[in-house]
Amino acid sequence: MIAIIDYGMGNIHSVNKALGLYGVKTIVTDKVEDIKSAEKLVLPGVGAFDDAKEELEKRGLIDLLLEQVRSKKPFLGICLGMQLLFDQSEEAKVSKGLGLIKGSVKRFEAKEGRKVPHMGWNQLNHLKYDCPLLRDVQNDAYVYFCHSYYPAPSDQNLVAASTDYGMDFAALVWKENLFGVQFHPEKSQAVGLKIMENFVKVC
Amino acid sequence: MLTKRIIPCLDIKEGRVVKGIKFLGLRDAGDPVEVAKIYDQGQADEMVFLDITASHEKRKILIDLVEKIAKNIFMPFTVGGGVGEISDIRDLLNAGAEKVSLNTQVVQYPDLIADSSGRFGSQCIVVAIDAKRVEGEKWQVFINGGRTPTELYAVDWAKKAATLGAGEILLTSMDCDGTKDGYDIALTKAVSSAVNIPVIASGGAGRLEHFYEAFTTAQADAALAASLFHYQQFSVREVKEYLHGRGVKVRL
Repeated sequence: MIAIIDYGMGNIHSVNKALGLYGVKTIVTDKVEDIKSAEKLVLPGVGAFDDAKEELEKRGLIDLLLEQVRSKKPFLGICLGMQLLFDQSEEAKVSKGLGLIKGSVKRFEAKEGRKVPHMGWNQLNHLKYDCPLLRDVQNDAYVYFCHSYYPAPSDQNLVAASTDYGMDFAALVWKENLFGVQFHPEKSQAVGLKIMENFVKVC
Repeated sequence: MLTKRIIPCLDIKEGRVVKGIKFLGLRDAGDPVEVAKIYDQGQADEMVFLDITASHEKRKILIDLVEKIAKNIFMPFTVGGGVGEISDIRDLLNAGAEKVSLNTQVVQYPDLIADSSGRFGSQCIVVAIDAKRVEGEKWQVFINGGRTPTELYAVDWAKKAATLGAGEILLTSMDCDGTKDGYDIALTKAVSSAVNIPVIASGGAGRLEHFYEAFTTAQADAALAASLFHYQQFSVREVKEYLHGRGVKVRL
Protein backbone atom coordinates (compact mmCIF):
# COMPACT_ATOMS: atom_id res chain seq x y z
CA MET A 1 0.00 0.00 0.00
CA ILE A 2 1.14 3.54 -0.78
CA ALA A 3 0.01 6.34 1.52
CA ILE A 4 -0.50 9.77 -0.02
CA ILE A 5 -0.20 12.27 2.76
CA ASP A 6 -3.16 14.64 2.78
CA TYR A 7 -2.35 17.74 4.80
CA GLY A 8 -4.66 20.19 3.04
CA MET A 9 -1.99 21.44 0.64
CA GLY A 10 -3.23 21.00 -2.87
CA ASN A 11 -4.06 18.34 -5.34
CA ILE A 12 -4.07 14.71 -4.28
CA HIS A 13 -6.62 13.32 -6.74
CA SER A 14 -4.32 13.08 -9.75
CA VAL A 15 -1.50 11.62 -7.65
CA ASN A 16 -3.82 9.05 -6.14
CA LYS A 17 -5.37 8.13 -9.47
CA ALA A 18 -2.00 7.91 -11.24
CA LEU A 19 -0.46 5.59 -8.64
CA GLY A 20 -3.61 3.49 -8.62
CA LEU A 21 -3.16 2.71 -12.32
CA TYR A 22 -0.28 0.37 -11.49
CA GLY A 23 -2.02 -2.24 -9.42
CA VAL A 24 -1.13 -0.90 -6.00
CA LYS A 25 -3.54 -0.02 -3.23
CA THR A 26 -3.39 3.63 -2.27
CA ILE A 27 -4.73 5.55 0.66
CA VAL A 28 -5.12 9.30 1.04
CA THR A 29 -4.52 9.98 4.70
CA ASP A 30 -3.06 12.07 7.51
CA LYS A 31 -3.33 9.29 10.09
CA VAL A 32 -0.26 8.05 11.92
CA GLU A 33 -1.20 4.37 11.75
CA ASP A 34 -1.84 4.51 7.97
CA ILE A 35 1.49 6.20 7.37
CA LYS A 36 3.28 3.67 9.56
CA SER A 37 1.72 0.67 7.90
CA ALA A 38 2.18 1.90 4.31
CA GLU A 39 5.03 0.42 2.29
CA LYS A 40 5.71 3.70 0.49
CA LEU A 41 4.88 7.33 1.10
CA VAL A 42 4.10 10.27 -1.16
CA LEU A 43 4.13 13.87 0.03
CA PRO A 44 2.49 16.13 -2.56
CA GLY A 45 2.05 19.84 -2.04
CA VAL A 46 1.02 23.13 -3.58
CA GLY A 47 1.11 26.38 -1.68
CA ALA A 48 3.37 28.29 0.63
CA PHE A 49 6.25 26.72 2.52
CA ASP A 50 5.30 28.10 5.95
CA ASP A 51 1.68 26.96 5.67
CA ALA A 52 2.73 23.49 4.56
CA LYS A 53 5.12 23.09 7.49
CA GLU A 54 2.44 24.34 9.86
CA GLU A 55 -0.13 21.89 8.49
CA LEU A 56 2.31 19.01 8.99
CA GLU A 57 3.06 20.20 12.53
CA LYS A 58 -0.62 20.61 13.34
CA ARG A 59 -1.15 16.97 12.44
CA GLY A 60 1.87 15.87 14.45
CA LEU A 61 3.51 14.40 11.37
CA ILE A 62 6.99 15.92 11.44
CA ASP A 63 8.78 13.40 13.66
CA LEU A 64 6.84 10.58 12.09
CA LEU A 65 7.94 11.53 8.58
CA LEU A 66 11.57 11.88 9.69
CA GLU A 67 11.43 8.47 11.32
CA GLN A 68 9.73 6.92 8.28
CA VAL A 69 12.36 8.24 5.88
CA ARG A 70 15.15 7.08 8.18
CA SER A 71 13.59 3.61 8.32
CA LYS A 72 14.39 3.44 4.57
CA LYS A 73 10.80 3.42 3.40
CA PRO A 74 10.56 4.69 -0.21
CA PHE A 75 9.42 8.29 -0.05
CA LEU A 76 8.46 10.62 -2.91
CA GLY A 77 8.11 14.38 -2.41
CA ILE A 78 6.40 16.29 -5.22
CA CYS A 79 6.93 20.02 -5.81
CA LEU A 80 6.40 21.74 -2.43
CA GLY A 81 6.47 18.25 -0.92
CA MET A 82 10.01 17.99 -2.25
CA GLN A 83 11.06 21.44 -1.12
CA LEU A 84 10.01 20.61 2.45
CA LEU A 85 12.71 17.92 2.55
CA PHE A 86 15.43 20.59 2.48
CA ASP A 87 16.95 22.56 5.39
CA GLN A 88 15.34 25.85 4.47
CA SER A 89 13.61 27.92 1.80
CA GLU A 90 13.88 31.54 0.74
CA GLU A 91 10.10 31.51 0.57
CA ALA A 92 9.73 30.76 4.28
CA LYS A 93 9.36 33.60 6.70
CA VAL A 94 9.39 31.50 9.86
CA SER A 95 9.69 27.79 9.16
CA LYS A 96 12.61 25.48 8.63
CA GLY A 97 12.39 22.46 6.38
CA LEU A 98 12.63 18.84 7.45
CA GLY A 99 16.39 18.82 6.93
CA LEU A 100 16.44 15.41 5.26
CA ILE A 101 18.45 16.81 2.36
CA LYS A 102 21.17 19.34 3.02
CA GLY A 103 20.72 22.55 1.10
CA SER A 104 18.16 25.24 0.52
CA VAL A 105 15.30 26.20 -1.74
CA LYS A 106 15.93 29.39 -3.71
CA ARG A 107 13.91 31.80 -5.77
CA PHE A 108 14.58 32.07 -9.50
CA GLU A 109 15.95 35.45 -10.39
CA ALA A 110 13.84 36.97 -13.17
CA LYS A 111 15.89 38.30 -16.05
CA GLU A 112 15.76 38.79 -19.79
CA GLY A 113 14.60 35.46 -21.21
CA ARG A 114 13.70 34.04 -17.82
CA LYS A 115 10.21 34.77 -16.61
CA VAL A 116 9.25 33.74 -13.11
CA PRO A 117 7.34 31.49 -12.37
CA HIS A 118 8.96 28.77 -14.47
CA MET A 119 5.79 27.48 -16.05
CA GLY A 120 5.31 24.79 -18.63
CA TRP A 121 7.03 21.81 -20.19
CA ASN A 122 10.77 21.51 -19.89
CA GLN A 123 13.31 18.73 -20.31
CA LEU A 124 14.98 16.35 -17.90
CA ASN A 125 18.72 15.95 -18.31
CA HIS A 126 19.60 12.66 -16.73
CA LEU A 127 22.65 12.72 -14.47
CA LYS A 128 22.09 9.43 -12.64
CA TYR A 129 20.92 6.89 -15.16
CA ASP A 130 20.63 4.29 -12.42
CA CYS A 131 17.98 6.29 -10.56
CA PRO A 132 14.98 3.94 -10.32
CA LEU A 133 12.51 6.74 -11.09
CA LEU A 134 14.18 7.29 -14.47
CA ARG A 135 13.97 3.74 -15.69
CA ASP A 136 12.67 3.76 -19.30
CA VAL A 137 12.36 7.54 -19.18
CA GLN A 138 14.22 9.11 -22.08
CA ASN A 139 16.94 11.64 -21.49
CA ASP A 140 15.48 15.00 -22.67
CA ALA A 141 11.91 13.86 -21.90
CA TYR A 142 9.47 16.68 -21.17
CA VAL A 143 7.78 17.11 -17.80
CA TYR A 144 5.54 19.85 -16.43
CA PHE A 145 6.84 22.54 -14.09
CA CYS A 146 4.95 25.26 -12.24
CA HIS A 147 7.13 26.97 -9.62
CA SER A 148 9.05 30.09 -8.62
CA TYR A 149 11.45 28.37 -6.20
CA TYR A 150 13.92 25.61 -6.95
CA PRO A 151 15.89 23.21 -4.78
CA ALA A 152 19.65 23.60 -4.45
CA PRO A 153 21.14 20.60 -2.65
CA SER A 154 24.59 21.10 -1.11
CA ASP A 155 25.68 17.74 -2.45
CA GLN A 156 25.49 17.86 -6.25
CA ASN A 157 25.71 14.09 -6.28
CA LEU A 158 22.10 13.94 -5.15
CA VAL A 159 20.87 15.52 -8.38
CA ALA A 160 19.58 12.62 -10.49
CA ALA A 161 18.21 14.88 -13.23
CA SER A 162 18.56 18.57 -13.89
CA THR A 163 16.58 21.02 -15.99
CA ASP A 164 17.80 24.09 -17.84
CA TYR A 165 15.98 27.34 -17.17
CA GLY A 166 18.70 29.80 -17.99
CA MET A 167 20.67 27.82 -15.40
CA ASP A 168 20.66 24.17 -14.43
CA PHE A 169 18.63 23.32 -11.36
CA ALA A 170 17.75 20.05 -9.62
CA ALA A 171 14.56 18.65 -11.13
CA LEU A 172 14.97 15.27 -9.44
CA VAL A 173 16.91 14.61 -6.25
CA TRP A 174 17.64 11.11 -5.06
CA LYS A 175 19.15 9.97 -1.80
CA GLU A 176 18.75 6.25 -1.22
CA ASN A 177 15.05 5.71 -0.45
CA LEU A 178 14.26 9.40 -0.72
CA PHE A 179 13.07 10.89 -4.02
CA GLY A 180 12.04 14.45 -4.69
CA VAL A 181 10.71 15.91 -7.93
CA GLN A 182 10.27 19.60 -8.61
CA PHE A 183 8.00 18.90 -11.58
CA HIS A 184 4.55 17.35 -11.43
CA PRO A 185 4.68 13.72 -12.60
CA GLU A 186 0.92 13.44 -11.99
CA LYS A 187 0.43 16.22 -14.57
CA SER A 188 3.09 15.17 -17.07
CA GLN A 189 1.04 12.84 -19.25
CA ALA A 190 2.82 9.67 -20.46
CA VAL A 191 6.29 10.58 -19.16
CA GLY A 192 4.90 11.48 -15.75
CA LEU A 193 2.89 8.29 -15.55
CA LYS A 194 6.04 6.28 -16.33
CA ILE A 195 7.75 7.96 -13.38
CA MET A 196 4.78 7.20 -11.14
CA GLU A 197 4.83 3.60 -12.37
CA ASN A 198 8.53 3.41 -11.52
CA PHE A 199 7.83 4.62 -8.01
CA VAL A 200 5.22 1.88 -7.62
CA LYS A 201 7.18 -0.93 -9.23
CA VAL A 202 10.91 -0.19 -9.00
CA CYS A 203 11.60 2.00 -5.97
CA MET B 1 14.56 24.36 -22.72
CA LEU B 2 11.11 25.60 -21.81
CA THR B 3 8.63 25.17 -24.66
CA LYS B 4 5.79 27.35 -25.89
CA ARG B 5 2.42 26.02 -24.80
CA ILE B 6 -0.73 25.32 -26.79
CA ILE B 7 -3.83 25.54 -24.64
CA PRO B 8 -7.35 24.52 -25.64
CA CYS B 9 -9.98 26.37 -23.65
CA LEU B 10 -13.38 25.07 -22.68
CA ASP B 11 -16.17 27.38 -21.60
CA ILE B 12 -18.29 25.59 -19.04
CA LYS B 13 -21.85 26.31 -18.08
CA GLU B 14 -23.50 24.25 -15.37
CA GLY B 15 -21.10 21.41 -16.00
CA ARG B 16 -21.37 21.43 -19.81
CA VAL B 17 -19.06 22.77 -22.51
CA VAL B 18 -20.03 25.87 -24.47
CA LYS B 19 -18.14 28.32 -26.66
CA GLY B 20 -19.07 31.95 -26.86
CA ILE B 21 -18.64 33.70 -30.17
CA LYS B 22 -17.78 37.27 -29.26
CA PHE B 23 -19.32 36.46 -25.87
CA LEU B 24 -22.75 35.95 -27.46
CA GLY B 25 -24.63 32.98 -28.92
CA LEU B 26 -23.49 29.92 -27.01
CA ARG B 27 -23.17 26.54 -28.70
CA ASP B 28 -23.05 23.21 -26.88
CA ALA B 29 -20.02 21.06 -27.58
CA GLY B 30 -20.21 18.22 -25.08
CA ASP B 31 -19.08 16.75 -21.80
CA PRO B 32 -16.02 18.53 -20.37
CA VAL B 33 -14.38 15.36 -19.07
CA GLU B 34 -14.69 13.58 -22.42
CA VAL B 35 -13.38 16.60 -24.30
CA ALA B 36 -10.51 16.96 -21.80
CA LYS B 37 -9.53 13.32 -22.30
CA ILE B 38 -9.29 13.86 -26.04
CA TYR B 39 -7.01 16.86 -25.54
CA ASP B 40 -4.94 14.94 -22.99
CA GLN B 41 -4.35 12.18 -25.54
CA GLY B 42 -3.73 14.82 -28.21
CA GLN B 43 -0.81 16.24 -26.19
CA ALA B 44 -2.28 19.62 -25.43
CA ASP B 45 0.15 21.31 -23.03
CA GLU B 46 -2.46 22.59 -20.63
CA MET B 47 -6.17 23.27 -20.57
CA VAL B 48 -8.27 26.14 -19.35
CA PHE B 49 -11.81 25.68 -18.06
CA LEU B 50 -13.78 28.88 -17.75
CA ASP B 51 -17.00 28.60 -15.81
CA ILE B 52 -19.37 31.13 -17.25
CA THR B 53 -22.15 30.19 -14.86
CA ALA B 54 -20.21 32.18 -12.31
CA SER B 55 -22.88 32.03 -9.67
CA HIS B 56 -22.01 31.10 -6.18
CA GLU B 57 -24.88 28.67 -5.72
CA LYS B 58 -23.55 26.57 -8.55
CA ARG B 59 -19.98 26.54 -7.22
CA LYS B 60 -20.36 22.97 -5.98
CA ILE B 61 -21.03 21.74 -9.55
CA LEU B 62 -17.76 23.28 -10.65
CA ILE B 63 -15.75 21.80 -7.76
CA ASP B 64 -17.18 18.36 -8.51
CA LEU B 65 -16.34 18.78 -12.17
CA VAL B 66 -12.76 19.83 -11.39
CA GLU B 67 -12.33 16.76 -9.21
CA LYS B 68 -13.67 14.55 -11.97
CA ILE B 69 -11.33 16.12 -14.53
CA ALA B 70 -8.32 15.68 -12.21
CA LYS B 71 -9.17 12.02 -11.83
CA ASN B 72 -9.36 11.52 -15.59
CA ILE B 73 -6.56 13.52 -17.12
CA PHE B 74 -2.88 13.74 -16.23
CA MET B 75 -2.17 17.19 -17.55
CA PRO B 76 -2.20 20.62 -15.92
CA PHE B 77 -5.28 22.79 -16.11
CA THR B 78 -6.52 26.19 -15.02
CA VAL B 79 -9.99 26.94 -13.77
CA GLY B 80 -11.62 30.35 -13.79
CA GLY B 81 -14.92 32.16 -13.76
CA GLY B 82 -16.45 33.99 -10.84
CA VAL B 83 -13.66 33.09 -8.45
CA GLY B 84 -13.58 35.72 -5.76
CA GLU B 85 -12.76 34.24 -2.39
CA ILE B 86 -9.66 32.70 -0.91
CA SER B 87 -11.80 29.70 0.01
CA ASP B 88 -12.88 29.26 -3.65
CA ILE B 89 -9.25 29.23 -4.70
CA ARG B 90 -8.31 26.69 -2.06
CA ASP B 91 -11.24 24.44 -3.01
CA LEU B 92 -10.33 24.53 -6.70
CA LEU B 93 -6.64 23.79 -6.05
CA ASN B 94 -7.49 20.99 -3.66
CA ALA B 95 -9.93 19.57 -6.21
CA GLY B 96 -7.04 19.25 -8.66
CA ALA B 97 -6.66 22.49 -10.62
CA GLU B 98 -3.05 23.51 -11.18
CA LYS B 99 -3.94 27.17 -11.44
CA VAL B 100 -6.90 29.42 -10.78
CA SER B 101 -7.77 32.33 -13.02
CA LEU B 102 -9.11 35.56 -11.50
CA ASN B 103 -10.71 38.39 -13.44
CA THR B 104 -13.58 40.66 -12.32
CA GLN B 105 -12.94 40.12 -8.63
CA VAL B 106 -9.31 41.20 -8.72
CA VAL B 107 -10.14 44.33 -10.72
CA GLN B 108 -12.54 45.20 -7.91
CA TYR B 109 -10.26 43.95 -5.11
CA PRO B 110 -6.66 43.93 -6.34
CA ASP B 111 -5.44 42.86 -2.89
CA LEU B 112 -6.90 39.44 -3.59
CA ILE B 113 -3.93 38.89 -5.91
CA ALA B 114 -1.47 39.55 -3.09
CA ASP B 115 -3.49 37.54 -0.55
CA SER B 116 -3.93 34.52 -2.78
CA SER B 117 -0.40 34.45 -4.18
CA GLY B 118 0.97 34.90 -0.65
CA ARG B 119 -1.01 31.91 0.50
CA PHE B 120 -0.82 29.53 -2.45
CA GLY B 121 2.17 30.85 -4.38
CA SER B 122 2.28 33.04 -7.51
CA GLN B 123 2.60 29.97 -9.71
CA CYS B 124 -1.08 29.10 -9.31
CA ILE B 125 -2.56 32.61 -9.60
CA VAL B 126 -3.50 33.60 -13.14
CA VAL B 127 -4.95 37.05 -13.76
CA ALA B 128 -7.27 37.07 -16.77
CA ILE B 129 -7.60 40.36 -18.63
CA ASP B 130 -10.29 41.04 -21.25
CA ALA B 131 -9.25 44.07 -23.25
CA LYS B 132 -10.54 46.14 -26.16
CA ARG B 133 -8.63 48.68 -28.22
CA VAL B 134 -9.84 52.20 -27.58
CA GLU B 135 -7.25 54.41 -29.25
CA GLY B 136 -3.87 53.86 -30.87
CA GLU B 137 -1.88 51.54 -28.61
CA LYS B 138 -4.25 51.58 -25.65
CA TRP B 139 -6.57 48.79 -24.61
CA GLN B 140 -9.32 49.23 -22.07
CA VAL B 141 -10.00 46.47 -19.55
CA PHE B 142 -13.52 45.05 -19.33
CA ILE B 143 -15.00 42.89 -16.58
CA ASN B 144 -18.11 40.78 -16.03
CA GLY B 145 -17.48 38.66 -19.12
CA GLY B 146 -16.75 41.70 -21.26
CA ARG B 147 -19.94 43.55 -20.39
CA THR B 148 -18.60 46.23 -18.06
CA PRO B 149 -15.89 48.74 -18.99
CA THR B 150 -13.38 49.80 -16.34
CA GLU B 151 -11.00 52.72 -16.03
CA LEU B 152 -8.01 50.40 -16.35
CA TYR B 153 -5.74 49.96 -19.33
CA ALA B 154 -4.40 46.50 -20.12
CA VAL B 155 -0.66 47.19 -19.97
CA ASP B 156 -0.84 49.11 -16.68
CA TRP B 157 -3.17 46.59 -15.13
CA ALA B 158 -0.96 43.66 -16.17
CA LYS B 159 2.06 45.38 -14.61
CA LYS B 160 0.18 46.03 -11.40
CA ALA B 161 -1.13 42.45 -11.27
CA ALA B 162 2.42 41.12 -11.71
CA THR B 163 3.71 43.40 -8.96
CA LEU B 164 0.96 42.18 -6.63
CA GLY B 165 2.02 38.58 -7.21
CA ALA B 166 0.17 37.23 -10.23
CA GLY B 167 2.03 34.29 -11.77
CA GLU B 168 0.62 34.53 -15.26
CA ILE B 169 -1.56 36.77 -17.45
CA LEU B 170 -4.32 35.28 -19.58
CA LEU B 171 -4.83 38.05 -22.10
CA THR B 172 -7.97 38.03 -24.25
CA SER B 173 -8.51 40.51 -27.04
CA MET B 174 -12.21 41.27 -27.22
CA ASP B 175 -11.71 42.78 -30.69
CA CYS B 176 -10.23 39.56 -32.05
CA ASP B 177 -12.14 36.94 -30.07
CA GLY B 178 -14.31 34.85 -32.39
CA THR B 179 -13.07 36.54 -35.58
CA LYS B 180 -10.46 33.92 -36.56
CA ASP B 181 -8.40 36.80 -37.97
CA GLY B 182 -5.48 36.23 -35.61
CA TYR B 183 -4.41 37.22 -32.13
CA ASP B 184 -4.07 40.89 -31.26
CA ILE B 185 -0.34 41.03 -31.82
CA ALA B 186 0.15 44.63 -30.71
CA LEU B 187 -1.74 44.06 -27.45
CA THR B 188 0.00 40.78 -26.70
CA LYS B 189 3.42 42.23 -27.43
CA ALA B 190 2.75 45.33 -25.33
CA VAL B 191 1.74 43.25 -22.31
CA SER B 192 4.35 40.54 -22.77
CA SER B 193 7.18 43.03 -22.89
CA ALA B 194 5.83 44.97 -19.89
CA VAL B 195 5.82 42.07 -17.40
CA ASN B 196 8.25 39.35 -16.40
CA ILE B 197 5.64 36.64 -15.90
CA PRO B 198 4.26 34.33 -18.60
CA VAL B 199 1.54 35.68 -20.90
CA ILE B 200 -1.09 33.56 -22.64
CA ALA B 201 -2.39 35.06 -25.88
CA SER B 202 -6.11 34.52 -26.38
CA GLY B 203 -8.76 35.45 -28.91
CA GLY B 204 -8.70 35.26 -32.68
CA ALA B 205 -6.78 32.10 -33.63
CA GLY B 206 -7.97 30.92 -37.03
CA ARG B 207 -4.90 29.86 -38.98
CA LEU B 208 -1.58 28.20 -38.21
CA GLU B 209 0.36 31.42 -38.87
CA HIS B 210 -1.55 33.10 -36.09
CA PHE B 211 0.15 30.88 -33.52
CA TYR B 212 3.53 31.61 -35.05
CA GLU B 213 2.93 35.35 -34.87
CA ALA B 214 1.78 35.10 -31.24
CA PHE B 215 4.99 33.34 -30.22
CA THR B 216 7.46 35.31 -32.32
CA THR B 217 6.34 38.90 -32.97
CA ALA B 218 4.10 39.11 -29.92
CA GLN B 219 6.43 37.13 -27.61
CA ALA B 220 3.63 35.18 -25.93
CA ASP B 221 4.57 32.19 -23.76
CA ALA B 222 1.41 30.27 -24.54
CA ALA B 223 -1.46 30.52 -27.00
CA LEU B 224 -5.03 29.63 -26.22
CA ALA B 225 -7.73 28.64 -28.67
CA ALA B 226 -11.19 27.21 -28.38
CA SER B 227 -13.44 26.74 -31.41
CA LEU B 228 -10.48 26.15 -33.72
CA PHE B 229 -9.78 22.99 -31.71
CA HIS B 230 -13.33 22.14 -30.71
CA TYR B 231 -14.53 22.05 -34.30
CA GLN B 232 -11.35 20.22 -35.34
CA GLN B 233 -10.18 22.78 -37.82
CA PHE B 234 -6.70 21.84 -36.58
CA SER B 235 -5.49 19.40 -33.98
CA VAL B 236 -3.05 20.50 -31.29
CA ARG B 237 -0.53 18.20 -32.91
CA GLU B 238 -0.89 19.91 -36.30
CA VAL B 239 -0.33 23.30 -34.72
CA LYS B 240 2.77 22.05 -32.92
CA GLU B 241 4.24 20.36 -35.97
CA TYR B 242 3.75 23.54 -37.95
CA LEU B 243 5.46 25.61 -35.23
CA HIS B 244 8.30 23.11 -34.93
CA GLY B 245 8.80 23.35 -38.68
CA ARG B 246 9.18 27.10 -38.35
CA GLY B 247 11.70 26.83 -35.51
CA VAL B 248 9.45 27.50 -32.52
CA LYS B 249 10.34 25.30 -29.54
CA VAL B 250 7.34 23.07 -28.75
CA ARG B 251 6.86 19.70 -27.09
CA LEU B 252 6.15 17.02 -29.67
